[in-house]
Amino acid sequence: MADTIILEIARYSPERDREPTFKSYEVPVHKDWVILDALNHVKDKVDGSLTYRWSCRMGICGSCGIMVNGEPKLGCATFLSSYAGTGNKVRVEALRYFPVVRDLVTELSDFLAKLKKVKPWLIPDNEPPLSEGEFLQTPEQLENYKQFAMCINCTLCYAACPVVGLDSTFVGPAAIALAQRYNKDSRDGGTQERTAVLAHPEGIWGCTFVGECTRVCPKHVDPAGAIQQYKVEAVLQWARTLILPWGQKKSQKTREEAGSAAAD
Amino acid sequence: MRQSNEAPLWALFSAGGVVAAFLIPIHLFLFGLAFPLGWLGTPSYEHLMELVRSPLVKLYLLVLCSLPLFHWAHRFRYTLYDGLKVKHLNEVIFTLCYGGAVVGSVLAAYVLWSIK
Amino acid sequence: MQQLTNAPLYTEYHPRWYRPHVSVYWWLGQWRYLKFILRELSSVFVAAVIVMTLFQLRALRNGPEAYAHFQQRMQSPVIIAFAVISLFFVVFHSITWFNLTPRAMPVRLRGKRIPEWMVAAPNYALWAIVSFIISWLVLGGRG
Repeated sequence: MADTIILEIARYSPERDREPTFKSYEVPVHKDWVILDALNHVKDKVDGSLTYRWSCRMGICGSCGIMVNGEPKLGCATFLSSYAGTGNKVRVEALRYFPVVRDLVTELSDFLAKLKKVKPWLIPDNEPPLSEGEFLQTPEQLENYKQFAMCINCTLCYAACPVVGLDSTFVGPAAIALAQRYNKDSRDGGTQERTAVLAHPEGIWGCTFVGECTRVCPKHVDPAGAIQQYKVEAVLQWARTLILPWGQKKSQKTREEAGSAAAD
Repeated sequence: MRQSNEAPLWALFSAGGVVAAFLIPIHLFLFGLAFPLGWLGTPSYEHLMELVRSPLVKLYLLVLCSLPLFHWAHRFRYTLYDGLKVKHLNEVIFTLCYGGAVVGSVLAAYVLWSIK
Repeated sequence: MQQLTNAPLYTEYHPRWYRPHVSVYWWLGQWRYLKFILRELSSVFVAAVIVMTLFQLRALRNGPEAYAHFQQRMQSPVIIAFAVISLFFVVFHSITWFNLTPRAMPVRLRGKRIPEWMVAAPNYALWAIVSFIISWLVLGGRG
């Protein structure tokens, strides 16, 4: 293994630049170092002006998303030694398809607005009084949505999705997966409300199942699967409006399940 | 306005995709390669006509020639939006794609109906 | 969220963001994107096979001479070349379709999720069976 590796980091300072330029930094290669360690080394020892987000350094906070050689990756989950052989250069840029505030820091307010848009909170059919106790849920009911609840909002999926890049109004993989997380929760009855927001070209119909979002997701959320399942669900909902136009019954199954679970 | 149409359009796309996946390859292989190149003995005109006259086969052929066209229409429409970034032309593209699928389906129905 | 104009580089509390432009050739930038676009374009070849079938049906309707003429046209080298390319694309469609449908419809048996390949495999088996049945029906008579 080589002793050092060259990091080509995209630098952008709004006071100085009109667009990002690459600056090279030579960084020692330690066996257990990840890209985040290399960035910290540069900031501590070489160039203190390097700006980037990070926090937990263990793949749970979702802060350190960056492009490494054109691939969206978590800086804390990508080993430096994996790149030691490939011509000894690593290209580090801010996550694609987001506005860049400075260096590797992206502007996320649009993403956060999209998350909020899908109503990511429980909307129960009816709120039972506190005296009835807590909602009960079987392990099977948990399995129905657990995978989609693993999202850490790292936005790697947005950096991978070409539709996000082409259409800034597209709600995006993480937001739709989050909506499904609540739709599939047995305690929730808000599927129709969310579908009213998402059954649009900027919502689920904008997705063309490229599948890149699932491939790059560090927590194996499978947002592409969530979106396709939502499309099927939306078709069924639409079909029900044709057959029962006088009023949609909220999903009976969830209420029955919750009722029987509470009776146990 | 268009949002309420997307669900059934996607359903058509899916149905067409399933039909295309199962049936199109063998049709192309037989009539596009195996028979013209003599890999397999070409069926006689009489035998094919006997098959096509059957109402069940006509129904099968109608499904074969209509649903995959709607699959193409939906997929091609989105490929143009994303591939060529022409979403602003969506009225034209929508009409050409689904219009084309409707025309193809009507032609199929007409030809099949006129085979006695 | 305010849209900043081109003129100032920096206004207080709102630095000028760099907004990368997505080129119309974005799909050439990565092999995976190109593979996606090719998968989508397979639908064009599916439509082409339908067009071929429509011509075939019309020829059948117009009589044995018309059908013989159709068969001759299908033997032209250009058509054969197009048929070879089309076969690649329509098979590509089938394979990608069968591999992707399990994602859209998760199957659960007794609470456990069935792995995707196990949901896709019956599709391939059915594809083989259906193709065989159609071939058998079509080849039923010799001429």
